[in-house]
Amino acid sequence: MKAVRWSIPLAIFIILVAFLWVGLWRDPREVPSPLIGKPAPSFALTELHQPSQTLTNSDLKGKVWLLNVWASWCVSCREEHPLLMRLAASKVVPIYGLEYKDDPGAGRAWLAQNGDPYTASIVDRDGRVGIDYGVYGVPETFVVDKQGVIRYKQIGPLSLEALQQKILPLVRELDK
Amino acid sequence: MDVPSADAVLDARLKRLETELRCLVCQNQTLADSNADLAEDLRREVRALAVEGKSDAEIKAYLVARYGDFVLYNPPIKSTTWLLWGGPFALLMGGGVLWWIVLRRRAARPQVAAASNASDEARAREILEEAEPPVSAK
Repeated sequence: MKAVRWSIPLAIFIILVAFLWVGLWRDPREVPSPLIGKPAPSFALTELHQPSQTLTNSDLKGKVWLLNVWASWCVSCREEHPLLMRLAASKVVPIYGLEYKDDPGAGRAWLAQNGDPYTASIVDRDGRVGIDYGVYGVPETFVVDKQGVIRYKQIGPLSLEALQQKILPLVRELDK
Repeated sequence: MDVPSADAVLDARLKRLETELRCLVCQNQTLADSNADLAEDLRREVRALAVEGKSDAEIKAYLVARYGDFVLYNPPIKSTTWLLWGGPFALLMGGGVLWWIVLRRRAARPQVAAASNASDEARAREILEEAEPPVSAK
């Protein structure tokens, strides 16, 4: 009976500590996207470098691709940019840029200055496609498979860790 | 008579709807309160959907499809949220049961005997007086 008396509060305490401990390492800004496992929302947007051309998501069917949401006003995009450049140079997977709520001129100047890792960039001037993709914190990166289904979403700048442990293995798996 | 215009009715409806939706950027603000760029865009989107004749439920479904249940300040009851909704009631019931057990056990325990006889009482009074001599008037 004595054992019950102190073991119950102890058990409650341990459970509480476990919850709080897990909570310490979770980022409340990372809201799991409901789009994972769903077809990538369709778009038809003009290309940044060739404004006369339109790119649609059906043009990308049949290959694995990344959609990287960026903007010239986005500060943390600078942080991930060197990684994107390296990824582009490795030619493992094509990266498509979604220039989000930005002036195309400013976007082109930004890419000219920092390098252009994108197979193509498309301009989402008013952010409507961004809303369809549930974008709320630029930069964001989506992995889309051959069937056009979103398989992964990175919120915030890419890290070497995320790239090596999640994105590249996933791309390899999907490429098979 | 003062009939509110269709616009005023729509405004009031949107105002109420926006207080039930969360701004993803500044997470503890509603869509109505937030000045974030995205909140502005989402308000515009919500208004456009309302003008199209979409119901509140349809507008919420539109946002949930893109941003998840997190946009709702009032999360739906489903398998992943039963702990959230049921937890407080479970704790309340657990506390109630514990309280009932403690009360029952206390009632079952024999009462502490009060001063049982006159001699004990006299002895007690004696001790008290020794410790604290009555204050005498000067």
